[in-house]
Amino acid sequence: MRTTPTMTAVFADSLLVFERYARQTLRSRINLIFGLIQPMLFLGFFGPLLRDVPLGREGDSWQILVPGLLVQLALFSSAFAGFGILIEKQHGIMERMRVTPVSRTALLLGRTLRDVALLVVQSLILVLAGVAFGLRAPVLGVLIGFVLVAVLAASLASLSYAFAMRVNSPQEFAPVINSINLPAMLLSGILLPMALAPTWLDVISHFIPFRYLVDGVRAAFVGDYGDSALATGALAALLLSAASLTLGIRLFRRAGA
Amino acid sequence: MTAILSTHDLALTFPTKKGPVEAVRGIDLTVEQGEILGFLGPNGAGKSTTLRMLTTLLPPTRGTATVAGHDLATEPRAVRRKIGYVAQSGGLDPQERVRSELVLQGRFYRLSRAEAEARAEELAVDLDLTELLDRTCAELSGGQRRRLDIAMALTHRPALLFLDEPTTGLDPGSRADLWQLVRRIRDEGTTVFLTTHYLDEADALADRLVVVDHGEIVAEGTPRALKERYGGSPEATLQDTFIAITGHGPRREESAPLAV
Repeated sequence: MRTTPTMTAVFADSLLVFERYARQTLRSRINLIFGLIQPMLFLGFFGPLLRDVPLGREGDSWQILVPGLLVQLALFSSAFAGFGILIEKQHGIMERMRVTPVSRTALLLGRTLRDVALLVVQSLILVLAGVAFGLRAPVLGVLIGFVLVAVLAASLASLSYAFAMRVNSPQEFAPVINSINLPAMLLSGILLPMALAPTWLDVISHFIPFRYLVDGVRAAFVGDYGDSALATGALAALLLSAASLTLGIRLFRRAGA
Repeated sequence: MTAILSTHDLALTFPTKKGPVEAVRGIDLTVEQGEILGFLGPNGAGKSTTLRMLTTLLPPTRGTATVAGHDLATEPRAVRRKIGYVAQSGGLDPQERVRSELVLQGRFYRLSRAEAEARAEELAVDLDLTELLDRTCAELSGGQRRRLDIAMALTHRPALLFLDEPTTGLDPGSRADLWQLVRRIRDEGTTVFLTTHYLDEADALADRLVVVDHGEIVAEGTPRALKERYGGSPEATLQDTFIAITGHGPRREESAPLAV
């Protein structure tokens, strides 16, 4: 008989794993600040330049920039989530856990859940800082934005963990993530909307799923809940998370570590 | 005697840039209930790889195994519930406290929070860790860390305990303590499967030895029988015996003194 853990067991195990890593994150606190540095710099030193620039779409410049920075935050902090596993692998922690009956899916989901929780806290700080600079946005729109970036973070973190299980060193891991992240960030119109792009660039950017998320969050931030950009963004988030979680879980469960 | 572990033609080949490498080349192995089996071989002989297959961490590319009454390929979860495993690197998070590592391990074995806390206390008494429960793992000495690794692996009172090079890096005093601990674990009813490249360790601890080299079993028997057969007499040193079996010392490509 091949026994697979029940959904309840996966859920209970995920909470155990979440608890451990949430505790570690709270203890170090550096994690909280670390991911925020880059978007905060853009907010403070780049945001003010956009005040009076025509950005080719509806909304105040802060309503355009802050959603982009939220996606950037999710993109960078969750894509590097796998780093933690590389260190744990060196200590033999992954092997030790994988020899117990704990659900291997939960070892992934619990960590991912921690990353999502961390991202939501960071997003809140970023938005509050944005408000201090002059961002005005409806609360509902901001909350919708949080949901979209949380889904994005879950997708990328699970892929990052699965990838980290397959490489042996940070030297193999970081270049791959960097070479995906930077073009993805530029091509999804995080800093400036793709509405400003020449046709060829605009066409390329339509192949980057994050673009739809950025546009979706921007629509939410101006309170345009009926806008097709929001629906498209939500759909992109849903498809991306379904695909990445399925792939991430499969790779993670199978990896020999 | 009944076998608690048996393998048939167990093999692992992994691809590299220079072509496939056969790390383990078809091992037939039996471990009897209640014994300490010493899996002896030079570094790189395939000991750890074999262990990682038997503990469900690596899928074999060929062959079958029954571990603690369950088929390795089709019932890995049932196998995991019955075995304990201590990797060479251990498996402790330096930033975590001893107590929280023990409790979480208990939770992974489906104990309730109260049960897991009680079991952590019990294990701490049993393995002389009580004073250390509120320290972080980073603050432990090598010997203490090893005891904690073993305590974690004993959480669920496994029928079979795998120890991968358990005394590597320990000072002589801690090694002697650990040997005693391993004997006690066996006396209390747990079968022990341990790998080592230290000949004195194999000689002192193991009821039976399986010698591997280049991914294959090259000899097996009690230390005495091996000495008799390969070393010429029961009084031969295990080192001479080992060289007679493998044609080289226990540390391949090293002319340094053997680990005796």
